[in-house]
Amino acid sequence: MPFITNEDPKSAVQDSAAPVKEPGRMARFLDSDLFHSFLKSKVTVVAATGTAILFLLAFLAPWIAPHNPFDLASISIMDARVPPFWMEYADPRFLLGTDDQGRDMLSAIFYGMRISLIVGFCSVVAAAFIGISLGLVAGYMGGRVDAIIMRIADVQLTFPAILIALLIDGIAHGIFGAIDREVFAFYILIVSLALSFWVQYARTVRGSTMVEKNKEYVQAARVIGIPSVIIMVRHILPNVTGPVLVIATINLALAIVTEATLSFLGVGMPPTQPSLGTLIAIGNDFLYSGEWWIAIFPGLALALLVLNVNLLGDWLRDALNPKLR
Amino acid sequence: MSVLDIKDLRVEFPGRKSVFVAVDDVTLSVDAGKVLGVVGESGAGKSTVGNAVIGLLQEPGHIAGGEVYLHGKRIDQLPYKEKRRLRGRKIGMIFQDPLTSLDPLQTVESQLVETIRTHLPLSRSQARQRAIDLIEAVGIPDASERIKQYPHQFSGGMRQRVVIALALCAEPELVIADEPTTALDVSIQAQILELMKELCRERNVAMLVITHDMGVIADITDHVAVMYHGELVEYGETIQVLGAPEHPYTQSLISAVPRPDIKVERFPVVNYIEKAGTPQKQIDIATHWLGKARDYEKVTGPLVQIKDLDMQFETRGSIFPSKRKYFKAVKKVSFDINEGETFGLVGESGSGKSTIARLITGLYQPTGGSILFGKTELTSLKNRKDVLAMRRQMQMIFQDPYSSLNARMRVSDIIAEPIKFHRLASSNAEVRQIVDDLLDHVGLGAAAGKKFPHEFSGGQRQRISIARALATRPRFLICDEPTSALDVSIQAQILNLLKDLQQELGLTMLFISHDLAVIRQMCNRIGVMRHGELCEVADCDQLFEAPQHPYTRELLNLMPSLELLSRANLATA
Repeated sequence: MPFITNEDPKSAVQDSAAPVKEPGRMARFLDSDLFHSFLKSKVTVVAATGTAILFLLAFLAPWIAPHNPFDLASISIMDARVPPFWMEYADPRFLLGTDDQGRDMLSAIFYGMRISLIVGFCSVVAAAFIGISLGLVAGYMGGRVDAIIMRIADVQLTFPAILIALLIDGIAHGIFGAIDREVFAFYILIVSLALSFWVQYARTVRGSTMVEKNKEYVQAARVIGIPSVIIMVRHILPNVTGPVLVIATINLALAIVTEATLSFLGVGMPPTQPSLGTLIAIGNDFLYSGEWWIAIFPGLALALLVLNVNLLGDWLRDALNPKLR
Repeated sequence: MSVLDIKDLRVEFPGRKSVFVAVDDVTLSVDAGKVLGVVGESGAGKSTVGNAVIGLLQEPGHIAGGEVYLHGKRIDQLPYKEKRRLRGRKIGMIFQDPLTSLDPLQTVESQLVETIRTHLPLSRSQARQRAIDLIEAVGIPDASERIKQYPHQFSGGMRQRVVIALALCAEPELVIADEPTTALDVSIQAQILELMKELCRERNVAMLVITHDMGVIADITDHVAVMYHGELVEYGETIQVLGAPEHPYTQSLISAVPRPDIKVERFPVVNYIEKAGTPQKQIDIATHWLGKARDYEKVTGPLVQIKDLDMQFETRGSIFPSKRKYFKAVKKVSFDINEGETFGLVGESGSGKSTIARLITGLYQPTGGSILFGKTELTSLKNRKDVLAMRRQMQMIFQDPYSSLNARMRVSDIIAEPIKFHRLASSNAEVRQIVDDLLDHVGLGAAAGKKFPHEFSGGQRQRISIARALATRPRFLICDEPTSALDVSIQAQILNLLKDLQQELGLTMLFISHDLAVIRQMCNRIGVMRHGELCEVADCDQLFEAPQHPYTRELLNLMPSLELLSRANLATA
C-alpha cells in the first residue's frame, strides 16, 4: 500500500529518543503477518497439526510402535493376515491387522512412513542443493553458461521423473549388481529423485537471481570489489530463498509420492526395509483375496501425509506471495 | 456552483493492530475551468483524496466520514454500479505512468472508441471521428494515421497525450490527474502541463492535479491545497499560498525546494521533517580513522581524466559480426574532474550519464577511450590486486534507496562489509567502533546498526548508503541521482550532508542528476549530456548565466518557473 510509509517524523523521533526494548525472536514471530495469516486459515491450522502428528508418529516409531516389524524373533507366521480390530477373527494385539508375514500393520506403517519421510527430505535437500547452485550460477553469469545449464534443464524436463528414476536405478544395478540392493536402494532412490526434481529449483532461482542481480545492492557490492561467488552466496542467495521454501514444501509431498510409486513398481525400497510404497505393493497381491487392509491402510497413511504437506505448501505459497495478499 | 465539493473527508485504512487515517478532515472545492493542485510529500494522503473521489480506494480503505459532491449531487454513497458509470463519463482520470495506463495489445483507436461508445450514444464511425478529433486536440500530428497504431509506437510524452485524450473522451466535468508528469522528462513535462492547462480552459473542465512537485503547482494551478500527514494545512489561491505561505509546514516545504537562480551555501534547515539531521556525536575527523592519512598518491592535474569514452551495448547478437546491432550509449565523451571539486552531469533520461558512472566504477567495460584515475589507466587494469586498490578509492551512491541495500542483512553488517573485505581495520572491535562512528556521523546513531533496512525511511536508507560508501575511505565519490527518489525536504537534508562530508573529507565528487536546480546547488562545474554526447562543459554560474550550447539553453528555458517560490524563499531564508 502506498499510503503507509515510514516517512513519519513522529516515529523517527521516538526511535532516537528512547531505545524501545527489542522484542525477542519468538515474540516477533508470533506478531508477524505470516503467523497471523496462518491462524486465520483454519484448513492450514488443521493441516499443520496433522503434519506434526504424522511426523511425530514416524520419527518416534521405534519408541511408540506396538511391535517391531523388523525383529524377526517377535513376528510369527502364525499371526499372518489377521484382520483389523472390528472384524471377526481379529487379534487385540494387532489394531490394524497383520500382513502375510505376520507383521503388525500399524507398526509397519509408522516405520514405513519414517522411511518415506527420510527419503523425501533427503531428496528434497539434494535436489534443492543442485537446483539452487545451478540456478544461481546460470542467473548470475548469464550468456553461454546460462544457455548450457538451462538447455540441460529443458532436456531433463522431457523425461518424466519416474523414467529418470528407473534409468538411474537400472544403471546403478548394472554397476553394483543385485547383491547390494539392500544397502544401495536408499541412496539410489535419493539420487534419482534429486535428479528429477532439481529443474524446478534451478528455474525459479535463475529467474529471481536475474531480477536481483540488477538491483543496486548487488552493484554496490561489485563497486566495493567483492568477488562473484561471495556476491552470489551472501547477497543474492538470502534474497531468493522465499520461493525455494515453497517449492521445497510442495516437492516434499511430490517426492514422497514418487518414492511410493517407485517402491510400488519394485525399484524403490526393498521389502526388508519397507516404505509406504513397498507396503502397498505387498498388499496389492492380497487385494483381491479379501485381505484388503494390507494395501488400504498404508495407502490411507500415504494420502493423509501427502495431503497435509500439500495444504501446508499451498498456504505458504500464498502467504509468501505479496501479489495474492 | 463548483464542480467538485469535498466536505470533511476522512479515509481510514483499518489494519491488524490499528486504524490508519490516511485523510482526515479535508475540505476542498474546484470550479469549472480551474485547476486545483493538491501537494504534499509521500504519505501525505494526496493520492488517497483523488482515489476517494473516484471510488477507487484500495481495500481495506474506505471513506469513514464526510461528503463528496459532484455538481451538487452527492456521489460518495452511490452504489458500485452508479459510481462506475461516473468514471470516464463525468470524471476522467490521468495516471502517472503512461507506459502502464494504456493497454499494450489494443490500438489507440480501439481504446478510445471503446471508451467513447461506453459512455456516449454514438455510432462506430461517429466515435471514430471523435477519437481523431481528440487526438488532434491533444497535439498529435497526423491523427487519422497514428490512431491506428499501438501504444508502444508512441514515445512517453505522446503516450501521456493519448492518456489525456482518453480521459477527455466522454466530455467529463472533472479530470483527476495523479502525478501526470512525474515519469516524464523536463522538456516533455512542460509541454504536457501547457496542454493540460489549455484543455482545461477551453473545455471548461475542472481539474484536480495531485503532485509532489512545487514546480508543477506553480506552473498550472489556480488554487492549491497543501497536505501533511492526511491533513490539510493550507488552502488558497496559488499566488497567495506560494508567495506568502502562512503555515510553517508550507514555508519549510517551499524553502527546501532547490533554487535554480542563485547558488546558496546550504539548504535552509527545515523543521517538520524526520529527525536524524545532525550527527549525534562530534568526531574529530583529523584524528579519526575516517580522516586518517590516506595512502593515496598525490596527483598533479585532474584526478579523473576521461578521454574519447565510448560505450555500445549489443542490441542484437549474432555469430556474424556484420549482423550484430549496437546501441551507442556514450559517444566520444571527454572531460576532467579536478581534485576536491564536484563535477555535475546533467541530462534527460537515456542521455548516458548513468552509463558513464558505471564505466568509471568498472561495472561496465568501455568499448573505447580511456579513463585515467590519478596516474592509473583504469581500462587496462588486469591484475585483481590493482583493480581492488582502485575500487577502494572510488565509491558510488545509488538512486533507489529501496533496492540499494540488501534487505536480508543488518545495517551494521552492510557497512562493515567493505571494511572487512579490504582489511581496513585490524580487529573486529575496531570495525564495530568504525561502523558506529559512521552511523553517528551520517546522523542515524549507532543504535541503527542492529536494525534491518526495511525499518528505515527512504531518506534514512540513503544515509546508510552514504555510510557504506564512506567505509572504504574513498577519495572519489559518484552520486547517481542520489535524491531523485526522495521528498524535497529530505532531499535538502541529504544534499546538506553530502556537502558537509565533502568539505570534511576533501572528497572529489561526480554528481549526476536530471534536476538542474539540484545540480546548480551542488556542483562547481557542469557537463550537459544529450543522446550519449557531451554538449557543453562549463563552470556552474557561467552555465546558468550564459549557456553556450542551444540544448543547454532549451533545458534552462524548460525549468518550471519558480519565481513565486523564489520570492517566498527570500522571505523565509
